[in-house]
Amino acid sequence: MNAFARIVWFIVKKDLTVEVRSLEILSTTMFFAVTVVLMFSFGLVVDGRPLNDVAAAILWVAIAFSGTLALGRTFERERHNDTLRALLLAPADRPALYVGKLLGILLLMGLVELVLVPLIGLLFNAPVIEQGVPLALLVAAGTLGFAAVGTLFAAMLVRARSRDVLLPIMLYPMTVPVMIAGVRGTAALFQPTPDAAVAQFWLSLLAAFDVVFVILALWTFEPVMTD
Amino acid sequence: MIVLMALAGTMFAAAPFLIDAAPQEATMGLVYKIYFFHMPSAWMFLTAAVVAGVASFRLLFLKRPRADHWVMAAAELAVLFGACTLVTGPLWARKSWGVWWVWDARLTSSLMLFMIFVAYVLLRKYGGAGSDKLGAGLALFGMANVPFIYVSVNYWRTFHPPTSVVPKLPIEMGIPLWFCVAAFTLLFIILLRLRARLEHQRDRVEMLYLAEDEA
Repeated sequence: MNAFARIVWFIVKKDLTVEVRSLEILSTTMFFAVTVVLMFSFGLVVDGRPLNDVAAAILWVAIAFSGTLALGRTFERERHNDTLRALLLAPADRPALYVGKLLGILLLMGLVELVLVPLIGLLFNAPVIEQGVPLALLVAAGTLGFAAVGTLFAAMLVRARSRDVLLPIMLYPMTVPVMIAGVRGTAALFQPTPDAAVAQFWLSLLAAFDVVFVILALWTFEPVMTD
Repeated sequence: MIVLMALAGTMFAAAPFLIDAAPQEATMGLVYKIYFFHMPSAWMFLTAAVVAGVASFRLLFLKRPRADHWVMAAAELAVLFGACTLVTGPLWARKSWGVWWVWDARLTSSLMLFMIFVAYVLLRKYGGAGSDKLGAGLALFGMANVPFIYVSVNYWRTFHPPTSVVPKLPIEMGIPLWFCVAAFTLLFIILLRLRARLEHQRDRVEMLYLAEDEA
């Protein structure tokens, strides 16, 4: 295993160990995501029937909201004990730190989505099992795009004042393409006759977004995290 | 600088007369003349975004601390001209399309770009120390994001017919339009330079204070 992969692995293992022992972020984020789904359901279900495409929209809004919470909490933990400074002082490649953090966030968001997607299927009668593979790809690609931008911004904001409110302010306009692609792609899959071609198009847009923003984040992480 | 400012002032004073002299458009009448201010604002909005992106790149990767002043100046101008664009646009749309707003690709991507620069200004105001690099990262990501927003919104709305076709302008309309573009460009350059100079000088004052403290 080369040095880069080893550092990434150390960081993921560290974050996992801390999380497994407290379960703080996972449990709160997951419950928050479920609450968001319920709140939107109360707003958007009329006479016991959901509006068109509402399931896809609720799924992605819940992913974005709970993802923001997970990002904020993860880096708050690093800030609280001033451990981010220790990480940055370590003789490690900055991009490796970023990738390690990103994988930790992805794991958290993935676990939340494992609850969220079946819940949407259950509440809105959505074909989450029949369309399992394309849906999983869409959710994975969207989550990666969201988390790639989010991890960089949350890391940058650790030292800023009013970071709690600044993170969503910066992150949401930036991830508009992820939201549009995710919602439209998922809505195409949830139709009575699923439209695979449309979902395919949105998936490829998400993949392009992921590639560009992961590279850009790896590239900017070093200069923005250096004092 | 004074000369430029006087020139810009004269041009903006003359612009209403030229716009007034331009012929009426057949279907929209007087309202179409908003366009003479709308299009130049939109161009300056995009120019400001590009300037902010380039200056951010210089700050982050070429380590030019003074580039930050240009990012800041350009970002504030992006908010200013973006607001002009987003206010004049719906006024025109109400008459032309019958609604204030449509979720057209161009409109939505402009709105999102505007939001990104508002986020930048908020970040610089309330972010505290170190927000210059943070902001530069945000501006850089914002730049990279524009094509994605455009493509996604474009496909999101492909199911609907395109809303309008920009007509080929006759010469009597073209002259005032380009006159306004020139006036807005001049205004943009003046404001950008003044704002950046303010930041340069603020920086110098800070340096002098620090030197005084050390002495």
